[in-house]
Parts: sequence; structure tokens; C-alpha cells
Amino acid sequence: MKLKLIPSDTKIPFLKYRFMTFGASALLILLSVFMFFGPGLNKGIDFEGGIMIEVGFEKAPDLADMRSALGGLGLGSVSLQTFGASDDILIRVQRQDGDNEAQKVAVDTVKARLQADYGDSVSYRRIEFVGPTVSGELVKTAVEAVLVSVFAILIYIWLRFEWHYSIGAIAALVHDVILTIGMFAITGLEFNVASVAAILTIVGYSINDTVVVYDRIRENFRRYKKMDVSDLLNLSINETLSRTVITSLTTLLALIALFVFGGEVIRGFAAAMIFGVVVGTYSSIFVAAPILLQMGLKHYNEADDAFKPTGDDAYENES
Amino acid sequence: MISFPKWKSVLVVLVSLLGIVYTAPNFLSKATLDKLPDWVPSQQINLGLDLQGGSHLLLQVDTADVREKMILSLKEAVRTSLRSADPRIGYRNLKTTRTGVSFSLRKPEDREAARKALSSLSVLMPNGKFSNIINISDDGKVATVTPSEQAIKDRISAVVDQSIEIVGRRVNETGVNEPTIQRQGTDRILVQLPGLGDPQRIVDLLGQTAQMTFHLVDISAGAARGKAPAGSKILPSLNEEGRTYVVKNRVMVSGENLEDAQATFQQGQPVVSIRFNGLGGKQFGKVTAENVGKPFAIVLDGRVVSAPRINEPILGGAAIISGGFNVQGAQDLALLLRAGALPAPLKILEQRSVGPDLGADSIAAGKLAGLIGLLGVAVFMVVTYGFFGLVANIALVMNMFLIGALLSVLGATLTLPGIAGIILTIGMAVDANVLIFERIREEVHNGKSPVNAIESGFNRAFTTIVDANVTTGIAAVILFVMGTGAIKGFAVTLGIGIICSMFTAIMLSRMIITIWALRSRPKTLNV
Repeated sequence: MKLKLIPSDTKIPFLKYRFMTFGASALLILLSVFMFFGPGLNKGIDFEGGIMIEVGFEKAPDLADMRSALGGLGLGSVSLQTFGASDDILIRVQRQDGDNEAQKVAVDTVKARLQADYGDSVSYRRIEFVGPTVSGELVKTAVEAVLVSVFAILIYIWLRFEWHYSIGAIAALVHDVILTIGMFAITGLEFNVASVAAILTIVGYSINDTVVVYDRIRENFRRYKKMDVSDLLNLSINETLSRTVITSLTTLLALIALFVFGGEVIRGFAAAMIFGVVVGTYSSIFVAAPILLQMGLKHYNEADDAFKPTGDDAYENES
Repeated sequence: MISFPKWKSVLVVLVSLLGIVYTAPNFLSKATLDKLPDWVPSQQINLGLDLQGGSHLLLQVDTADVREKMILSLKEAVRTSLRSADPRIGYRNLKTTRTGVSFSLRKPEDREAARKALSSLSVLMPNGKFSNIINISDDGKVATVTPSEQAIKDRISAVVDQSIEIVGRRVNETGVNEPTIQRQGTDRILVQLPGLGDPQRIVDLLGQTAQMTFHLVDISAGAARGKAPAGSKILPSLNEEGRTYVVKNRVMVSGENLEDAQATFQQGQPVVSIRFNGLGGKQFGKVTAENVGKPFAIVLDGRVVSAPRINEPILGGAAIISGGFNVQGAQDLALLLRAGALPAPLKILEQRSVGPDLGADSIAAGKLAGLIGLLGVAVFMVVTYGFFGLVANIALVMNMFLIGALLSVLGATLTLPGIAGIILTIGMAVDANVLIFERIREEVHNGKSPVNAIESGFNRAFTTIVDANVTTGIAAVILFVMGTGAIKGFAVTLGIGIICSMFTAIMLSRMIITIWALRSRPKTLNV
């Protein structure tokens, strides 16, 4: 017998709990917004400008010694952390005042100091510096990319369904994006260009999940012309529940493998995605569908294109 | 009745085979590939700099400097035009402003004559506008010559083109493998150096304009006290900290007239030997002949390399530059002189370098994570859906081959985020099959016969699959259009993954299941 994670005939009254889940979501959104504007994001050099050097040593160096040596170079805040292994150190230097040239000088200064202290045993695994011009542009592009994709998806859903669904899907989407950003603010996970890619992928994933539920709602509207809207929404969520959970699980399986084995550089991305998939799954069940009821979605007139029976439904009627 | 047309089966099998054939080269070594005949696909996936190790430098041409130089030379042109007019046109207060050149006429009645004299400076450009805008007030007190925006744009564009060429020459001279140098936007240059984990030397080389000029040293009494008389300036020494020279402004010979430069040794010291072209040789010969016994300064980017005494006229067009170099310093200077001076300074906006070790580690980690993810998902699918799960796994593995083949054929670049995209696809690709199988489960539950359940399961899941994938596709397209570098790589694999997973779920797994259902005519469906 096969594993059935979700029994075939669940009748969980999701909508009954909608004020609880709306409340929980509202609370989390408030917390995220507060954390975003309060403590803020731990912005990586992509968005803040600055220098990042990953150095491999032959044996694990003393971090306290290195911290005081590099801290004394007059480059402002210098942070050190081990990166995956104890002999692999990530050095971060804040953005230098002045123009792009100042960043290059700072890289040279750090390298000269490491050379003096540790000789030729150091190997540079990664050297990155981002000047103020580029980091400003990256912030702008990132914000634009998220806005444009949300807008494009809004249009698509509107065309394929109708406006209630469009609003509901976007509400779920914005919910997921805000919570993910909040997660970055709360955990202090570095926020960089890869994080933006993670958010955009979460946008895609969350909408994917929502669309599957909406598709079923639309279908049930055609099939059960008299059913109470709230019951109909509940039925649709329950019918798609097994798929929602299974797809989330397979995606999480792949992401957890990425998180654990994919290496240090990609770990932050994997963490953000794992969080996003969980939140995206939650929102398509507890936000996207119930919000349709809140907006007063009703049985629609037959003239509406989206609700005309499809060929497949016709087949259903014959049999 | 359930069926799968022959032509569709042929297509699916063909596409699958092509997927395997075009992915195969990635499992072979370069040497093996070279031995294969030409018609065998041998295209491998391009690895991004973050995976193979290498450096990415984003440079910006100093456009303010271009503008400044342009206005400065316009000022000289205005001066020449007014002076060489016949009769000569009197002017005063000729100076550069932020936007152009301004002066006033001594006599207002010279207005028309001045306009005529200056008209040769303003040529008609292809866009129908004039390159310089000439304005002279009625009383002749305020006259301006302003370069038009288009003229400045054209000039910047030409400077960027020229810079790309010089950057290319300098980078090539260092012997880096397969560098790519491209223009980005209006005033930026992207330099990619595969395999170079620490581009320090190239960064240093590109950070210099390498404008070399030869000047006479000011030996007047004022200069001896360390003050710069009119027509002279104080310049620091290149290699000797704290030492300065007083050098006459006038350029006697310019580095543009160099034909060759080589690092060599003289009396055990590293030096650079240079050779002028015909014009430069003549100028150099004349200056040295007229100034025997005087010191002659060699200036590089506003710093004095050295100022040797001219012992005798140098007429052959060849000379030696010494100046306390170490071997590397002499080699770099020779390289810079050979490659030529940059028309404007370059600023480094962004540098991202990855050592080859880290790149190899990333690939190894990505492979491991991918395999474990694949295994985890495959086991889960079999446990959940049994035989159908097995079919989904065949589709999943085929999906990986198709992604590999498309990446190889398109010559797309695989980056670390790209690997993350593929691993994410492993998890999401089975979604289409999950949708179908869940649907079949429901249909069976509703009392349909197995074959009918299979058919309507596939049919009904189809629209959902399309809707769900188009929305993810929108996100991928936007990432591709707006993203840069590594993010583009992620978008490419995500997008390719979506297309391939739709093909394998809708076509491949449907074919397998249909053929199975037609052969075995199952009485019950154990989904």
C-alpha cells in the first residue's frame, strides 16, 4: 500500500479558522515591518557596497589576533567569521568613504597585512568589492524586478481568472514577500543579490501554489452551481490539500539537500527558499482562498468567460 | 478511449534521445572529445567564473574627464580660429566654463567676423544638428561655444571604444587565457578573466592611463627654490617618495609616438628601452640636439619617472628609460607603453574574483546536493505513488538530461545560483506529475474505471499545470531580463527547468502510462 500523507477525504474547515489565521498573518506582517524599519536588514556588499574577502589558511588562525590586526588598519568596521571550516575565514570591510578607488586601496591594505602576518600560506578563495555606484543600482534593479514581476503575475491571473482572484493571489504574494524579508531582518541572514533571486523564486512558487487552489475553486464553481461559497472554498482547499503538501515536501527535500550539502556560499539562498516554501504553502491555504470569501466572491453569471464549461467539463456531463 | 498517437511517441523518444546525446559530452574529458568525429555533439556547458574560478571587473570610463578634455581642446581651437582670422579678431577673457568655452569680443562690430571664423568648428552631424552651439550677444560681451549633448555623447562613445581596445591589448599582453572584454551600457567596460583568481596585477595595470610625455626640466633660479614659475609645474617622483621636480608645461615629445617598448637590463638595473616612430624620432632628435647638458624629464601620468641629463643628441629614435625600477615595474611600464595610453582614466566599480579551489568546491557541493536531492525526491515519489512514482522518476531524470542538453546547446553559462536553480527544479519538476497523479487518485475515488481515470486525470490537470508554470515562468523571465551576472544564470536554469518539466510530465510520463495501461488493462488502479 502506498503512503498517503493526506487521506483522500479530508474535511478540515479551513475557513472557520480564517480570522485566527488572518490575525496571525497580520501580526507576523507587523513584526516583519517593524523589524525591517527598526533593526533593518543585514545588507551584504551587493547592496551596501564594501569589501568581502574569503581567505583559506593552512591551519585555523586565531580570530582574535586577526581581528585586532585588521581592525587597526583604519578601514572602519572589519568583521571576521569562519566560513564553513575553521581555516576558511570571511573578512568583511565596510564601504570606504570616497570613490571607488578607495575600495581598491582598502583591498590592497588588507592583503598586505595578511601577507605580513601569515606569509604565503594564505590563499584567496574569493575577493569581491562593490563600489557605491553599483550597489545603488543593484538596490534599484532588485526593487524594480520584484514590483514588475508582481504586476505581471497580477495581469496574468486577472486574464485567466477574474479580479477577485487577482487581488487574492497578490495579497498572498505580498504576504509571503513581506514575511520573507521579515525573516531576513529577524535572523540577520545576509541580504544580497541571491536573496532577491530567492524572493523572486518564492513569488513564482507561492503563485504556483495559489493558482492550483484557485483552479480547483473555479472548477467547483462550474460544477456545484448551488453550493454555499464558503463550503465550496473549503471543499476546493481540501481536494487540493494532498497535492499542496506533497509538492511542498518534494521541493523542501531538494532545498534541504541544497542547504546541507550545497556549500556555504549558497546556504543563505537555500535557507530563504525553505522559509519561502513553507510560508507560500501556508498562504495559499490560509490567505489566498479565504480572502476570496472576504471579498464577496459569488457564483458568477454564465456570461463570464472564465466560468464557461470547458471541453473537459462537457465530457464529464456525458458520462 | 485512451490513446497516444504514434507520431507523438516518436517525437517524445526522439527528444529524449537528443537530450541524452547532447548532455553526454559533459561527462567526457576534453581530450576524449577532441578524438571524436566532427558530427558527434561535443558542446559542453560553459561554467561561470564563480564555478571555474576567475575574475569579473566592471570598469567605468571617467566621462567627466572626457568632457573636460573636450572643452579644453575646444578652447584651443577657438583661440586659433580667432587669431588666424584675417583681419585678426580681438578677444579677451577666453576661458572654459562647466559647459563650454566663453570669451568676450573687444569690438562688438567683430560679431559677424567672429561667427564666421568659428563656424568651421561646428560641423553638421548625422542627426542634423551642429556639433557646437555658437552664441554671441549683440554687444559682443558674452560669447559662448558649447558642445552639443550629441557631440559629447559621440565623443564618449568613441573614447569607450578606444578604451576597450587599449584594455584588450593590456590584458592580452599579460598572457591571461581567453579574456572577454565587452562594452556595458554607455560608459562601462566588463572584463572577464577566466582562471584568474587574484587579478591584482591587471587591476593595477588598468588603473593607470599610462600617458607618457617628455618635458624639459625648469632650471631657473625660482625653480631651484622649489617654486614653479609661470609655464612650469611641480611634479612628484614616481618611484622616490617625497622627491619632486619642477618641469616645464610644454610637451616636447609625446608617448603616442612610441613604436615599441621592452624591459631589459642596463648595468644590472632593470630599465625600459623605447623606440620612437619616424615623427617621434625626429622630434626627440631635435630636442636632444638643442638641449645637450640639460636634464630631460620623462613623465608618466603626472609623475616623473626620471630626469636624466642629455649627454649627446639622440638621433636614432631609440632611448633607455631608467628610474629605480624593479623587474616587475620595468616589465609593467614596457607593457603599458606598448599597449598605448588610455584616452581617459578608468574607475573600477565592481570586482568579483573567485579562486579556482572555491569554484571546484562549489561544483562538488552542487553535485552532491543535487544527487541527494534527486535521490530523496525519487524515494519519496516511489513510496507515495508506487509504479506511477517510478514513471515520475524516469521523467525527472529525463528532465535533468534535457536541462543539461539545452544548457550545452544554447551555450548558456552555468553559475552557482544556476546550480541552485536546477536543484530547486528537481523539487518542483515532480509537481506536474503530482498534480496528475492526485487527479487520477480522485477520479478513481469517484468511481471511474482505471483507464478513464488516467485519461481524465491527465486532461484535467493540464490547464492547472500550464497556469502554475506560466506564473513561475514570468518570475524567471523577469529575473533574466533585469538580473545581472550570476542571477541571469539562475533565471536561465529555472526557465529551462520549467519548460523541460512540462514536456516530461505532460508528454513523457503520459506516453509511458498510456502504453502501460493499454498493454496491461489494469482492473484496479493502485495509485
